[in-house]
Amino acid sequence: MAVIDIRRRTGYLFLAVIVGHVILISTQVTTKRGVPMLEEAVFGVFSEVQRAANSVTIGVRGSWQNYFALQQVRTENEQLKQQLGELQVRLQEERNLAQQSQGLQKLLALKTSTALSTTGASVIAGGASPEFRTITVDKGTGGGVRADMAVISPAGVVGRVIQPSARASKVQLLIDRNAAAGALIERTRAQGVVVGTGADELRMDYVSGSADVKAGDTVVTSGIDGIYPKGFVIGQIQSVRRGAGQYTSIVIKPAVDFTSLEAVLIVLAPSPAATEATGTAGANRDRE
Amino acid sequence: MKAAGVLVAIALALALQTSLARFVVGGTAALDLVLVVVVYVALTSGPVTGMLAGSIAGIVQDALSSGTVGIGGLAKAIVGFAAGVIGQQFIVTAAFPRFVMFVAATVVHSALFMGLYVVLGLKEFPSPWAAVLSQALANAVVGIIGFAIIESLPGAIERRKYRRSRR
Repeated sequence: MAVIDIRRRTGYLFLAVIVGHVILISTQVTTKRGVPMLEEAVFGVFSEVQRAANSVTIGVRGSWQNYFALQQVRTENEQLKQQLGELQVRLQEERNLAQQSQGLQKLLALKTSTALSTTGASVIAGGASPEFRTITVDKGTGGGVRADMAVISPAGVVGRVIQPSARASKVQLLIDRNAAAGALIERTRAQGVVVGTGADELRMDYVSGSADVKAGDTVVTSGIDGIYPKGFVIGQIQSVRRGAGQYTSIVIKPAVDFTSLEAVLIVLAPSPAATEATGTAGANRDRE
Repeated sequence: MKAAGVLVAIALALALQTSLARFVVGGTAALDLVLVVVVYVALTSGPVTGMLAGSIAGIVQDALSSGTVGIGGLAKAIVGFAAGVIGQQFIVTAAFPRFVMFVAATVVHSALFMGLYVVLGLKEFPSPWAAVLSQALANAVVGIIGFAIIESLPGAIERRKYRRSRR
């Protein structure tokens, strides 16, 4: 046993002496590149150590980034999604404001272009029942609004006030099945009465069978109903059906998109035509 | 005490080697007394002592020469260790085995020494065989003589004391 220990100690000592001599030689011998061999050997060994350490570091960092840091990324992602949602909402608000601004500009242009006394109002609600095509505006008797005042928009005729309150008013749309307006065909001046159908179209009745009517003609208000001022666009004739000597059906496509109304003008003063048209049949037809 | 004796022997060998070198024709080393001492120490004291003796002696020899320090030390350390191991494993007390040991040690030492220089690109040794063989023979002869002298020294002193006492 002692012999084995001595041999082991001898072997280690021999190895140490050899290594010591190799190191000693390496400090003096230079390589072909002019670098001391020891320096190159040490650099070579340590570069491998550094490479291994770098690999470990990269691996740990990669693991951290790929696994552990994902939680942070998830949180950041949620924050970014929330910010994106807020920005999208803000963008929609800005776009909405821009559209409202454009609508108001058109309304202002209409207000300044017409000689009528008008007041602007915003649509604050739609109809409570689909059977009645009405809207609610934010102007009432406190703003000078009364019943049977005409409501118009830059595109054309909207309807009339049927129930004003102190601060709001209910407006019957022209497409309501109980609404009607005196009208004439702009091209031929043929008169008639435009009535609502309850759907998104209008019908023109009481047009003379000898009148020249064709699809595409523009229909405007005649002012004889005492509600709607004369000359405002109602819509365009979409189709014409003629029976025995008279028109059986004239369908009009409204000029106003009633589904996107946001601001309207309420005509405060009655139009001259409406003033003259006394005793004429009222535009409002109560069918029920 | 033993270590001191080894160091003294190495010092003497170096002194003799450096003193005799100028008498060698052409400057070629026909004899390596330091190597002889290392082999002697290894055969008589074992591989560890032989290795340490070879290492120290070789480094000093390298330092005194113009070569790279460590190459001679490495070669002599290996030779000293190998000689010590062989001396422990085999009976190397007769003249011929010692002769063979010195020759082999010299050849191995030369191979290691020259080989390291050649491998490291530090020096070329064209046709070294004659020089190596002559050095091996010289070292072997000197080594055997040295062994004989050292082994006869204790008896010679006693015999001299004995002759003086009879007069």
